[in-house]
Amino acid sequence: MKTEGKRRIWADYQKEIADDHFFYVRSCIRQSFFPGSEQFFLHFMRNVMGKDVFENPSHTTCTGIGYHGDVVPLNTIMTVVARHFALMKENGYRNIAISCVTSFGIYTEIIETWKHFPEELEKTREYLYKATKREFDIPESMAHTSDIIYKFRNEIAGKVKYPLVNKQTGESLKVVEHIGCHYSKMFPKYGVGGAEFPNVLGGMIDAWGGNVVDYPERRHCCGFGFRQYLVQANRGYSLSNTVKKFDSMMPFKPDFVLTNCPGCNMFMDKWQYTMKEMEGIVYGDNGESIPVLTYEELAGLVMGYNPWDLGLQFHMVQSEPLLRKMGVEFDPDDKFKTKDGRQMPVPEKLINT
Amino acid sequence: MPRYYEMLMEDVRFREGLNACMNCGVCTAICPAAEFYNYDPRKIVDMVQGENDEEIENLLKSETIWYCGECMSCKTRCPRGNTPALVVMALRTLSQKLGFFTESEKGRQQFAIKRTVGENIFRYGYCVASYAVSPEMHREQGPIWEYILENTKEVYERLGGQVNELGAGPLRRIPDDVREELRNIFEVTGGTEFFENIERHSKQKAAEMGLEFKKEGLDNEYFIEVFTANNKKHHI
Repeated sequence: MKTEGKRRIWADYQKEIADDHFFYVRSCIRQSFFPGSEQFFLHFMRNVMGKDVFENPSHTTCTGIGYHGDVVPLNTIMTVVARHFALMKENGYRNIAISCVTSFGIYTEIIETWKHFPEELEKTREYLYKATKREFDIPESMAHTSDIIYKFRNEIAGKVKYPLVNKQTGESLKVVEHIGCHYSKMFPKYGVGGAEFPNVLGGMIDAWGGNVVDYPERRHCCGFGFRQYLVQANRGYSLSNTVKKFDSMMPFKPDFVLTNCPGCNMFMDKWQYTMKEMEGIVYGDNGESIPVLTYEELAGLVMGYNPWDLGLQFHMVQSEPLLRKMGVEFDPDDKFKTKDGRQMPVPEKLINT
Repeated sequence: MPRYYEMLMEDVRFREGLNACMNCGVCTAICPAAEFYNYDPRKIVDMVQGENDEEIENLLKSETIWYCGECMSCKTRCPRGNTPALVVMALRTLSQKLGFFTESEKGRQQFAIKRTVGENIFRYGYCVASYAVSPEMHREQGPIWEYILENTKEVYERLGGQVNELGAGPLRRIPDDVREELRNIFEVTGGTEFFENIERHSKQKAAEMGLEFKKEGLDNEYFIEVFTANNKKHHI
């Protein structure tokens, strides 16, 4: 069989991901809700992989949530992002590592806008110089931080202490992966596997011993919808879309959900709580809700890091059912302790406890 | 009649998002908003490409343009390379520039987004920060969120961060001179004027509706009205 054509087509779905020397930009939502995830990424890259990942304290929001909430104009966000590129240039970096799917989508949209409308690029250069006296270069390489974990997924597989296998049955765990709309639906070429075969999370799950669940609403939006969540009157939109996904995945009995985007993670976790409160509905097996993990939390977990140092206890849906299935050794008494071991108050009414 | 179509054409997102719609409806089939609201992105694109300024004005004053969630799923699927969501984004921007957004319940919500996410950008250097997500306005965040806010310092330290301090790290304090740069960018690029325009038209609408309006903050009748009002007429 001739496969040359297939190989050529498949090449369009591959993504070149830089190997080292990253300029790291944080996410408003990930650092607010899952700071342990960002800190694990930096620890893994710097201390385990020995890579150079630089963070500039003058990096700010990209204003992406304001832009998609339609209160920040295009010229403004293009110039804020240009400022980030200027910081990167000043620090001598050419590879950007982005911790947020909304930001990632913003960066891809802006770079593509500048390609299609070069006058917008020139205008942005003038705006930035006038506002800050800074100048910028467009990054040579752009990766979402999950792309980088994907790139090193086999190295992580070599260090796995707890594979994605049910220790009692020996069967692979069933994992729902949720990519997040702005990762590759807008500009597929920037995502691993594009919009049709996104494999950034699936590749991790496969490499670490799990099975990816393919369910009807796998690519449906989590329901964030920006203004549809930001404004209280609209939140039925957000909740309804999450419910649509959970109704669809429920018959497949997933052991956990893995997310790419911090916003999606927050919604798929918190709306499960809301549905339990409002309707008494739980979506997991045995009357339990389904834990929702970030890819950094999962990488740390399979490598044997203390789940409480990764921040798993700070989701609404607690992860003990998953930890027990994987056979993770953990200390329940360490869960709500400070860094130096002092006991903190124990929160009440968390799910799966 | 003003040439609204020409105004829309000044927005590169509109030029990029609208090629030639053949009314196949794939965008509507994939659209999460179309399942939830009485919403059909195909109709919006078809209406706009007709270049009828009277119809476009109605659209700019309507609830319809505020239903999209900007997930951009339509971009992937349109066989003609249109992006209905980009068309909607251009319509929303023009609606606010012209002050038409206060004519609809959903449009008036822009004031709430400006006062929260918009002002967070200047105040903190972030669109969202843990300390700006109050449990009272976000009951869905549940008891763990109240716990995190009550124990922020210890929680962040356990996870390797230091909240609100200068230097690298999660939720670091953004230095004053950096926030000043953000303000300058907003000033130079029209972001500040856009914010002021939302304020001006919202104040006017509050007076028309007989609701209290304050220069700052969330503690006023108009904010509470636009943040919570839902006439339940948005669905099929």
